[in-house]
Parts: sequence; structure tokens; C-alpha cells
Amino acid sequence: MVAGVSLRPTEQPDCVPPILRAVKPEKPMLRFALRRILQIVPTVIVVALLIFIIFSVVPGSFAASLFSDGKRAADPQMIAQLNAQFGLDKPLTERFVTYATDLARFDLGTSFRTRQPVADLIGDRMWASLKLAIAAMVFAVIIGVPLGFLAALRPGSVLDTVTMVGAVSGLSMPQFWLGLLMMYLFALQLNWLPSFGYGDGSFRHLIMPAVTLGVTPLALLARTTRAGVLDVLSADFIRTAHSKGMSEAKVVRWHVTRNALVLIVTTVGLQFGSLIGQAVVIEKLFAWPGIGSLLVDSVAIRDIPVVQGTILVIVLWFLVINTAVDLIYAAIDPRIKQE
Amino acid sequence: MRFGFNFMLGAFLTALVILAGILAPWLAPFHPVLDADLMNSELPPDATFWFGTDAQGRDVYTRILFGAQISLTVGIVSQVINSIIGITLGMTAGYWGGWWDDLVNGLTNVMLAIPSLIFALAVMAVLGPGLPSLLIALGLTNWSWTCRIARSSTLSLKSQGYVQAAQTLGYGDLRIMFTQILPNMMGPILVMATLGMGSAVLSEAALSFLGLGIQPPFPSWGSMLTDARQLIQLAPWVAIFPGLAIFLSVLGFNLLGDGLRDSLDPHMRTRNP
Repeated sequence: MVAGVSLRPTEQPDCVPPILRAVKPEKPMLRFALRRILQIVPTVIVVALLIFIIFSVVPGSFAASLFSDGKRAADPQMIAQLNAQFGLDKPLTERFVTYATDLARFDLGTSFRTRQPVADLIGDRMWASLKLAIAAMVFAVIIGVPLGFLAALRPGSVLDTVTMVGAVSGLSMPQFWLGLLMMYLFALQLNWLPSFGYGDGSFRHLIMPAVTLGVTPLALLARTTRAGVLDVLSADFIRTAHSKGMSEAKVVRWHVTRNALVLIVTTVGLQFGSLIGQAVVIEKLFAWPGIGSLLVDSVAIRDIPVVQGTILVIVLWFLVINTAVDLIYAAIDPRIKQE
Repeated sequence: MRFGFNFMLGAFLTALVILAGILAPWLAPFHPVLDADLMNSELPPDATFWFGTDAQGRDVYTRILFGAQISLTVGIVSQVINSIIGITLGMTAGYWGGWWDDLVNGLTNVMLAIPSLIFALAVMAVLGPGLPSLLIALGLTNWSWTCRIARSSTLSLKSQGYVQAAQTLGYGDLRIMFTQILPNMMGPILVMATLGMGSAVLSEAALSFLGLGIQPPFPSWGSMLTDARQLIQLAPWVAIFPGLAIFLSVLGFNLLGDGLRDSLDPHMRTRNP
């Protein structure tokens, strides 16, 4: 059968944040929370620097590629005008200072194409993306966790086999392909659901993108939950609970659930990262008006300020979620506070 | 070593993809790019066109065989780059420690803070579409986990008797790292690389599907799916077969990686008989 624990990033024991060791006994939770939140700042700064460097080493000017349409070269006058307008003709150090000071004031720059502030463009689309990501995660949790749980309680059963085969398939499947097939079946053949778009923001429009996006985290959650529960079931305190006459249902409810929860919360948090990455593809497939499709469209037309801004917002979002997970993790696992 | 059914299935699927890629010029009945004939466009699967034809009248079966070459190239080259970066940084960080270790750790954490597909997308945005940029983008993306494994393996191997013996004998640092430490951590690194091949193939497919990876008319499985959204109503085979090819090859790599890990890790074997 498919192995319970794997070397995949989210299931690594390494994922347990090393900072957890350093908590002091007095008011540990508060200090820990503060430290963890403050750690976001340097990471964001380094990521912003990294993004700036990546987009500065580019061969050739962005303005040239922005105006050329593949057939004829861009008008040099227009290139010069755009370069001047966006300060692209200034030396690198000066551009970096401008970029950094703007960032410090939460100004993400101006789009090459639409001349709108990048922050506004992202703000307009943020809600659609959040809605999709949360819906996908909720779907993954309410299906994946119970499946993994039941599979672990009856190892070797038909349900266990089906769950694990389904999980490894889900992890190997290109999500957008599954989305295409669902689009074909549920929208074009059966006419049950709208095939793409945001519509009026109704639940019907959300179902297919959310299910498509939720498949990978679902598969991973089922696998991780199963592995975690199996792990807990073989622990000494479970044997003790059984031998003192505790009923099976109570053992599961009291001991297994609480201990497996730690692993599940970590997986959910870490999965948000790859979910945000995958959302880019799914948003594009379903013409979902989120920041993912904004990113892809901007990459295609090389609207660099929008690309930089979107990536920075996505990273920030990922860091905030990871930090929240660490805090929840510390709150639900009593062992961490004692250390 | 003992290999289970999963490993065998994974090895079989992987062998199938490799054979398809190598033998494509002999197996394919048509040319993947040039044999376009609009008279034959969007034909359903039949005896001549096993998987049907696409909008330009090209044979889908032929294009899938040649697509295996692209997927394998992307998978193998990106994982070689990933492993070289990860091993070099992780091993030196674990062995030397100090400020270099802190720097590598910091860099790894930053890389982990950026979702990998987003990072690859950013690199593609700078380098422009095409196979070489794709190899660079995916090669630079996923080395953080290899780096962590290399670092922690080095830390534990450093205190082994044979490493200390080599130090006593006056071996140089690099010689110890490459002859004493590296061979002993190749197992987990190989597992990571095999699993990484699967995710590289998936990322390539996603980027090509978005029109940012392999460009048409080259037969990448991902770019074959780009047109599928418009065609799927009339010609569902255009969507079904390339996706199936991606799915089965990634499944192969994943099962192979899982099987390798299970057979390398005795702890796993006792728990999952």
C-alpha cells in the first residue's frame, strides 16, 4: 500500500518550526506570538529585494518588449517616453531606493499598461482569490480529514485502499486537467453548473473552481491524517487508555483526535502556500477574476510592476498564514509550551 | 531491499514514459509538427489516428509520444540542477557551520516562503517562454528541501567514526564531503529527486498550459491542453489524452519515489508491512 509518511515537504518533521524550542517560561505564549509575528518583517524585506533583483537582471528593456507585438520592433520614441515616465532610465541604485521607499509607504507602483496603481488592481481582485482559496481548503478539510481518519482506524480495509489509491492519484493529477474534464462533464454535457466566470459571485460559480483547486490538498490531507492517526494509535498512552478500560470511541475522541489535530493543522497551513500557487492556473482556467489570473495576464504582457506587486502580496499572504498556523500549533499542543 | 507492488507499478510507468520518449521517432506514425492537415482536423480516435486529431489536423498520439521527450528533459534536467544546488549548499552549510550555515538557512527559508509555481512564473516572466528558460526556472525553484536534507544528513554524518578518521588522516574538507559524506546521503536525495521529477512535470504542464512555458507548435503535454478549453465540446479527446499522459507519468515518478523511500527506510517498513 501507499506509505503513510512521505518525504514530501509538508509531511517533513523538519516542518516543525525550530523557533518553538526557544520559548521562555514566563508568559510564553505572548512572547512567542510577538517573536513569530516580527519574523515576517525580515523575510518580506528579503523577498522584496529578491524580486527586485530578479526583475533587474533582465536582458533588454521591458519597455521594448511591452510595445513590440512580435512582428515589428517598438517605436524608440515610445520606449524612451515610458522609460522616462517610470524612471527606468535611472541607475539601478536610484531605482532601488525609489522602489524601497515606495514599498515602505505600501505603494506597489503603477501598472505599465493601465496606468492604475498596482495596489488598487490587486485590491479589486483580492476578495475573489480569498474566497476561492478558502472554499477549496474547506472542501479539502471536510472530505480529506474524515477519509484519512476512517482509513487509519481500519487499515487494510477497502475504504483504506480506495482512499490511499485516490490520494496518490490526486497528487499526481494536473489539477487544471481535472478542471477541464469537470467543465466538460458538469457544464457542457449535463449543464448543471456554469462553465467559467465569476458571475454574480454566487455559490454555483464557485463550486467547480473550488473543487478543482481543493483536490491536491484533499489528497495530501487524507494521506497525512492517516499517517498521523496511525502514529498516534501506536503510541504508549493509547495502549494505557485501552488497558484502563476506556471505550474505543472515547479513546479516539480524547486521545487520537487531539494528537492528530496538530499534524492536520500544520498540513492545512503549509498547503495554503502551494494552493495559492496552483490557484494561478485554476483562476486562469475558469476565468476567475482573482490575483492569480492578474499575475498570469501581467506576465504575458510583461507588466512588471503588477507582476512584482502580485508576487509580493502572495508571499505576504503565505507568510501570514504560516505564522497563524505556528501560533495555533503552539496553542493546541501543550508539549510545546512546557519545553 | 524489498520492493512492493507500488514500486513495480511506478517503475513500469516510468519505463513506459522513457521508452515513449526515446522511441518516439520510430513509434510515431506521423510528424508531430509538420503533418498538419486541416482536412483531418478534429477527427475522433480511429484506426489511423489512435487518439484522434487536434484543430490543425495533427495526430494526437504522435504528439503525445514526442511530448514525453519534453517532459522527461524538463524532469531530469531540473532535478539535476536542483540536486546540485541543494547538495552543494546543504552539505557545505552542515559541514562548515558558522555564518555560512546561517546564510544558507536564511536563503532556504526565504525560498520556502515563495510558493514554487509563483517563483517559476517570476523567472519565466524575466527570461521569456521556451525550453531553456523553463529548465532554469524549475531548476532554481525546488532545491530548498534537498538542501535541508543534505544539511541535516551532513550534521549527523559528521560525527560518524569514519568521517572523524578521515579528518585525522588529514583529508581536505572537500575530499571528505565528496568521498565520505555524499555517498552516504544519496538515498534520501535520490528519493527527493524522483518525487521532484513528478512536480517538475506538473509545473511544466501548468506553465505551458498558461502559455508561458513551451510554445506551440512544439508538442508539450501542457501546451496541447491550452487549446482544449475551446475544443473540448467538439473534440474531448484533445483534452483527455495529453492529460492522461501527464497523470500517468507523474503517478509513475511518485510511486517510484515512494517505493524507493520505503525500501531505504527500515523504520517505514516495520510500520507499514
